Amino acid sequence: MTAKRASKRPTPDAIPETHSGAFSIRDVGKVYDPLGASVVALQDCSLEIAANEFVAVVGPSGCGKSTLMNILAGFDAPTSGAIDLDGVPLATPDKPAKPGPDRVVVFQHGALFPWMTVLDNVTYGLTRQGRMGKKEAAEYAHDFLQRAGGLARVAEQFPGQISSGMQRRVEFVRALINDPKILLLDEPFRAMDTVTQARMHRYLLEMNELFPKTTMFVTHNLEEAILLSDTVVVMTTRPGRIKLKVNVDLPRPRTPAMMNTPQFLALKKQMLSAVHEEAQKAFERGEREMA
Amino acid sequence: MTASDITGPVKSNGLASRLVALMGARFWWMMLGYVSFVGLWQASVMWLPIEAFQRLPHPLEVIVEWFNPDPDYGISIFTEDYYTHIFYSTYRALTSFFLACLLGIPLGIVMGWKVPVREYASTIIGILRPIPPLAWVPLAILVFPGVEPSVIFVTFLVAFFATTINSLLGVRAIHEDYFRAAECLGASQIDTLRDVIIPGAMPSIFTGLQIAMGAAWFSLVAGEMIAAQFGLGFLIWEAYNLIQYPTIIIGMATLGMVGYASSALIRVVGNRLMRWRLESIGVMK
Repeated sequence: MTAKRASKRPTPDAIPETHSGAFSIRDVGKVYDPLGASVVALQDCSLEIAANEFVAVVGPSGCGKSTLMNILAGFDAPTSGAIDLDGVPLATPDKPAKPGPDRVVVFQHGALFPWMTVLDNVTYGLTRQGRMGKKEAAEYAHDFLQRAGGLARVAEQFPGQISSGMQRRVEFVRALINDPKILLLDEPFRAMDTVTQARMHRYLLEMNELFPKTTMFVTHNLEEAILLSDTVVVMTTRPGRIKLKVNVDLPRPRTPAMMNTPQFLALKKQMLSAVHEEAQKAFERGEREMA
Repeated sequence: MTASDITGPVKSNGLASRLVALMGARFWWMMLGYVSFVGLWQASVMWLPIEAFQRLPHPLEVIVEWFNPDPDYGISIFTEDYYTHIFYSTYRALTSFFLACLLGIPLGIVMGWKVPVREYASTIIGILRPIPPLAWVPLAILVFPGVEPSVIFVTFLVAFFATTINSLLGVRAIHEDYFRAAECLGASQIDTLRDVIIPGAMPSIFTGLQIAMGAAWFSLVAGEMIAAQFGLGFLIWEAYNLIQYPTIIIGMATLGMVGYASSALIRVVGNRLMRWRLESIGVMK
C-alpha cells in the first residue's frame, strides 16, 4: 500500500521552482497624509536585491521598514519611485502592487488561520490558486512538512494546539510551499523568548539551505540580522532612508556559534553605532512607534 | 441486601450521582442555591409581615397545580392548553429568531467587511436600534394584517439587531493579518469570505445568536401580553386578570425552562461548528 501511495505522490518539483526574484527598488517614498498633516514615512529608498539574496532591514521603530515591506507585499502604495521584480514593473504610485503568492509574508504576530488544521493552512495557497487538487495538495504538503523539520506529525492539529515555535515553522512552510519569488518576514521572532528565537534562527538557516529564496527580513535585532543575512540595510529614523548597506561575508552554512567570531563582532561593531545613532534620534523626538 | 448495596456506589446511579461525579462540590453548591431560593420564597409568603407578599402563591401550591391531572385553574402538564401555549410561543420565537439569522447574519457580515455598506446601513440601524421593541407594537398592529405577524415582527426586530451588530463586530474583530495572509496565498474575495470572515466571525456571531434568542423571548412575551390569543405571555397575563395566581408562576417557570433550552441548543450547535476553539483550549482531544 505504501509503495502504491509513494508512486502517486507528486515529486517535490511538481511546482516548477523559479529561482528568480531579483528586485530593484528605485527612489521609493511614502508620504502619509492624514488630514493634511503629511508624514514622510519613507524617502528615496533605493536597493538592488539579487535573486536568492537574504536582506535584513534594521532600524528603530517608525523608520519605515514595515512600510517598505508593505509596499513590496502590495498592502500599501508608494507615493513616489518604482519597484521592479525580475525586470518587470511591480509597483509604482499609479499602479501599486497587488498582494499575491509570488510575495508571501510571514507576519509578526503569526497569522495561521486558527480555525484550520495545520494541513489545511499549508495547502491553502496551493488549492486556492488552483495549482493542485485537494488530495494532491495534501500529499504534497505532507511531504513538504516532513522535509521542513519533520512537521508532518502535527498536520492534523489546530494551530492552537502546538507551541508558538512550531506555529511559526508551520507558517514558514505555508509561505514556502507556494515557491514565492520573495519571502517577506516581518519581525517574525519578535514576540519570542531568546531560547526559542535561537532555535528559530537555526531553523531559518536550515530552510534557507533547503529552499533558497530571495528574502527580506525586517527586524530590530542587529545580531539576528547579521547571522541570517547576505546584506544588512540600516535605516534612518523618520523620514526613513537607507543609512548604511553592509555586505555580510560570513561563510555559509551559518551556525549560531558564529556570533562569537571576530568577523561577526567586527560587523556588529560597524553597524551598531549607526543603529544607536538613529535609535537615539527617535528616542529624543519621542515619536510614537509606528511598527 | 442486594448485590449493588454491597459493591457500594454503582456507575449508573441516576442523574444526581452522575452530576456529582461530573461537577464535584459544585453540584452541592448548585443544589443549595435551588433549595435556598425555594425556601426564601416559601418564607416570604408565610412569614413576611407584608401584605403584598401574602398574595403570592406558595411553592407547593404551584407545584401541586402544575402536576395536577385535574388542575383548579385549567393549566397543568396534563392539559392540552398548556402545550398549545408553549407551542405558540416557541413557534413565534423560533420564526422570529430564524428570520433574524437569515437577514441579520449576512447583513452584519457584509457591513463588517465592506466600508460603504457599513456607512450606508449604520445610519438606519443607528436610528432604529435604540427604539424599545414595545414601542413598535401599535405601528406593527396598524401595518400588519392580524395579530400573529405583528407579534412576530416585534420579536424579530430585537433579535435582528442583536445578530446584525454581533456579526458586524465579529468581522471587525478579525485581525487584518488574516485578510492579508489570505490575499498573499492567492485567495479570491469569495475565498476570503468563506475561509477567513465567516470562521473568524463565528464566535461573535454565536454570541449574537445567544443574545438574540434571549431578546426574542423577552419581547415575545411582552408582545403576547398586549396582543395575542395564545402563548405563554398571554397565559401569564390572562391568569393575572382571572386571579389564577399559581398559573402565573407556571407560565413564568415554563418560560425560563424553554428559554434556557433554546440557549443551550445554540451553545451545542456553536461548539460543533467551532471545534477548533475547543481543541485549542484543550477541552476536546
